[in-house]
Amino acid sequence: MLGEKELLKIYETMLRIRSFETKVAELFAAGKIPGLYHLSIGQEAIPAGACLALEKGDYLISHHRGHGHMIGVGLEMSKMFAELFGKEAGYNRGRGGSMHLADFERNILGANGIVGAGIVIATGSGLSAKLRKTKQITICFFGDGASQEGTFHEGLNLAAIWKLPVIFLCENNQYAFSYPARSGCPVGIASRAVAYGIPGVKVDGNDPLEVYNAVKDAAARARSGDGPTLIEAITYRWQGHWEGDPDHHKEIYRPRTEIQEWMAKDPIERFREKLMKMKLLSEETDGEIKKKIQVEVEEAVKFAEAAPYPDPKEMAKDVFATMVVELE
Amino acid sequence: MREITYRDAIREALYEEMERDETVFIIGEDVGVYGNIFGITEGFIEKFGKERVRDTPLSEMAILGCAVGAAMTGMRPVAEIMYVDFTGVCFDQIINQAAKMRFMSGGKTKVPLVIRANGMGAGFQAAAQHSQCLEALFMHIPGLKVVVPATPYDAKGLLKTAIRDDDPVVYLEHKMLYSIKGPVPEEDYAVPFGVADVKRSGDDITVVATQAMLHKVLRVAQTIASKGIELEVIDPRTLFPLDKRTIVESVKKTGKALIVTEECKVGGAGAEIAAIIAEEAFDYLEAPIGRIGAPHIPVPFSPPLEEFYIPSERKIEEAVQKLISIK
Repeated sequence: MLGEKELLKIYETMLRIRSFETKVAELFAAGKIPGLYHLSIGQEAIPAGACLALEKGDYLISHHRGHGHMIGVGLEMSKMFAELFGKEAGYNRGRGGSMHLADFERNILGANGIVGAGIVIATGSGLSAKLRKTKQITICFFGDGASQEGTFHEGLNLAAIWKLPVIFLCENNQYAFSYPARSGCPVGIASRAVAYGIPGVKVDGNDPLEVYNAVKDAAARARSGDGPTLIEAITYRWQGHWEGDPDHHKEIYRPRTEIQEWMAKDPIERFREKLMKMKLLSEETDGEIKKKIQVEVEEAVKFAEAAPYPDPKEMAKDVFATMVVELE
Repeated sequence: MREITYRDAIREALYEEMERDETVFIIGEDVGVYGNIFGITEGFIEKFGKERVRDTPLSEMAILGCAVGAAMTGMRPVAEIMYVDFTGVCFDQIINQAAKMRFMSGGKTKVPLVIRANGMGAGFQAAAQHSQCLEALFMHIPGLKVVVPATPYDAKGLLKTAIRDDDPVVYLEHKMLYSIKGPVPEEDYAVPFGVADVKRSGDDITVVATQAMLHKVLRVAQTIASKGIELEVIDPRTLFPLDKRTIVESVKKTGKALIVTEECKVGGAGAEIAAIIAEEAFDYLEAPIGRIGAPHIPVPFSPPLEEFYIPSERKIEEAVQKLISIK
């Protein structure tokens, strides 16, 4: 059972993710940040719950919609924004951008621009921990779209037969770009676990405590050598697939009413009410938390905007560990 | 010096590196109990155990993905792909993941991974999906080192360097070379990347050749020497990094260049080498740069078709004679 501190931490994490993503949308719309953005507004409960169940040193693999996971494990928003602005102070020194955010010092092995690629890479960090006899586990986030890739089958199968310490957490946000998850997988993604002989757990992805409990169980199983677990967390993406997706402004593949129904199931609002009922939060403290986070976001953006761009000549050093490539 | 086969040279390099460094492990299809289809890892599972000699299901994406993840987290995997043609089913992990991880991270991670692509090349009647030479595909991708050993000595020395290197290396084994023999020292040695080997010195024409073609070129050089024509034969040994200097300096000396590779000529590694010569030694050229490669046709099955397809010694000799005749 989580204590007051952890419950408030979950709430703050969700708010931090929402504020970060909202700011990204704003900056992108204003033409202030370059790149391609896939935002996780509406899906904040998953990283907030899941990351709390991890231990220091565990590996995390994310995907193109990965800002939430990074904030969930405590990456600094200033260095994240710096990356989005393409600055040297960013986590990837401006070489990666939104889809490749990583922090190798914390074993955050990165987001990924190729859907499903991380699922097989997760078997590698899992195997590595097993061979080195550490107790590290790997959590691999991916979406319903990735569950239709061949890597899903190969990765889950390999992890299952080798009993690798990996948690496969599918964030089913209902659409792979425009393609409905229910069309791509009529049996339900969690049900596929049966085929690999591993537990398949379906949870309410808008409830951070359900996510936390599922990940905690899966982590214990992985750490004790019993192998991987597939978790399917049902959620919904409020924004378009990418910032600029015309579906965000007019109905193309999602009825407006459907989006409104899911907005009514806002994970943050639901959790706020829960904390209020538990007397862990008042209107006053809630306001203070929100204000604090807003200041953090504004300061992070200020830092990122002011930070210098990388020197183009320096990038020749980052292709290989053992040689510098020619720039001519 | 003792002579061993190309196959045994690869085998020895793997064996010795696994003994030396326990973070090295092998992952691939039929590498364990079966000992690899070309016999390279026979007995390894008994020596190193199944944790380090890992038989996988037929899942090339998982083999490569697992190797990438392990490489980023402290291990030195040697991932085996049975035929280079099968990299087609796991290309994402090679070109988008292994190759780019370090750069995308801003130089904050490394991927010490060796992809041993077995059974490259034609000559076996293995047909279009088991016979290709795909070096140019890998050479084109920033972040990959591309190794094309032609002799047992280089096979062993380059594989040692590959395993000790902190970057992803595509190590391409030519299937027609597994049985050739050559001198290999008993003591430990490594062959550095980016250093070509001048196999034969001569003043009349520079011939750059890789893998199976190198042996054909050396035979041609031997016969044609009796006619008073001296070939300078260069084996680049690694296509990335490429030892441009040795090639360019040789062409400056001879004034003529011929590049012989087995790959399809269109867009090949040979085209890159020709372009470098044109850029850096144009004023020294006394004749157009010659290029020999396979036609733009999938590798055919029927023996006479395949024989016609693979660049022959006759074709190489004719090309040399033609370039030599240009005054």
